[in-house]
Amino acid sequence: MISARAYGDNGKMKEYHYTGPVEHKFSPYAFNGGTVLAVAGEDFALVASDTRLSEGYSIHSRDSPKCYKLTDTTVIGCSGFHGDCLTLTKIIEARLKMYKHSNNKSMTSGAIAAMLSTILYGKRFFPYYVYNIIGGLDEEGRGAVYSFDPVGSYQRDTYKAGGSASAMLQPLLDNQIGFKNMENVEQLPLTLEKAVQLVKDVFISAAERDVYTGDALKICIITKEGIREEIVPLRKD
Amino acid sequence: IMATVSVCQYHRGGFSFENCKRNALLEADINKLGFSSPAARKTGTTICGVVYKDGVVLGADTRATEGMVVADKNCSKIHYISPNVYCCGAGTAADTEMTTQIISSNLELHSLSTGRLPRVATANRMLKQMLFRYQGYIGAALVLGGVDSTGPQLYSIYPHGSTDKLPYVTMGSGSLAAMAVFEDRYRPNMEEEEAKRLVRDAIAAGIFNDLGSGSNIDLCVITKGKVDYLRPHDVANKKGVRTGNYRYKHGTTDDTTHHTLTCFFPL
Repeated sequence: MISARAYGDNGKMKEYHYTGPVEHKFSPYAFNGGTVLAVAGEDFALVASDTRLSEGYSIHSRDSPKCYKLTDTTVIGCSGFHGDCLTLTKIIEARLKMYKHSNNKSMTSGAIAAMLSTILYGKRFFPYYVYNIIGGLDEEGRGAVYSFDPVGSYQRDTYKAGGSASAMLQPLLDNQIGFKNMENVEQLPLTLEKAVQLVKDVFISAAERDVYTGDALKICIITKEGIREEIVPLRKD
Repeated sequence: IMATVSVCQYHRGGFSFENCKRNALLEADINKLGFSSPAARKTGTTICGVVYKDGVVLGADTRATEGMVVADKNCSKIHYISPNVYCCGAGTAADTEMTTQIISSNLELHSLSTGRLPRVATANRMLKQMLFRYQGYIGAALVLGGVDSTGPQLYSIYPHGSTDKLPYVTMGSGSLAAMAVFEDRYRPNMEEEEAKRLVRDAIAAGIFNDLGSGSNIDLCVITKGKVDYLRPHDVANKKGVRTGNYRYKHGTTDDTTHHTLTCFFPL
């Protein structure tokens, strides 16, 4: 079959050579899909993720949430390559224990974020294929969201979507929470009820158009009272 | 340079590969800039068919994907070929649509010439000869079914032009899920309700277990003298109900600067 590969950069057809047996490269990564979302409010934070684990065109599991509880005030959402998600969360949990034993207190959300950045950059040349978002309460009790790239670059946000449907969710959040591209609108502070409603609606829309997102939605609601979980069903096709 | 008008040369069948070199250069240029050229939309898909006592039942899902994003949540994959012959299509959406329309048109002319109702074998022969001529470049994988004077028939047709005449067939990315259901529950000479249930369950297996298939189940029941085109036969997935209201009030997309131009149009 004639393909673009038969032609070189100068437009001439490449010479036909039999180069010998071809080695098919082994890839250490796989893409397991999934979407995560975190929102920070005045005195609360939300971390939500879908629960579908997929690979290629198949589904591995319909009940594999991507939110992991780290402390009483912090939850991390990890999507991307599931193998690296599991290893990374194990490493973070071990580091949290070590910190607690050395310093006699739990790590704050900001400290966990800074630590995660160094853990990720430590594997700069063989990265963890994970998109992380941390949601929690800061030292003053205000909601905090920290979003990361696979090699550790991070920043504090008010809201962030990550994973396969992130490009679909982020613009909607920019509009509804950030009030972007809207004039003459009363910019009321985001309440917990409104935020939970928004997160559910946004995932319903993502499940319509992204094949990797679906099955169920798990929302972790972090307040000074503790961490509460809500599970909502999504499309299963 | 203005395009010169030249005499059209008769293309002797198949594709013309004149533009391949130019396309390769363009693709390299685009990739250098960091973009990728658009890909043809594929249907993902689960399609299947079964022969039962009085005729054939064809089934299909309704999701069309562009990469891993759903492009159409309710597209129709069961195409009309003739009053007694219908065809499900998987693969490149444009190819299945155009191929079935071309053969449908030619079959109608043929039917007028013979003065008889078209036969399924004729449609099969026309489709396979066209697909073979294009050497697999037309990415259409079809499930062709119908009832004619010879009886009910079912064919599966592959993009390179090979065909199989079988009592039950599945095609598309969800074909393995659907075939698993068929291999478990198919038996010869089923009743209509049982056949419809079997096809519905096979497509449902594709919809729920294959990421390339989804939304609703369409069915087409073809018997001698009657066609039941059931679209949708089963709405297997409903959109979640949103609790919030996202309507914008008037003035939300306000224009902040005003430019008025007076244009004079002499009539």
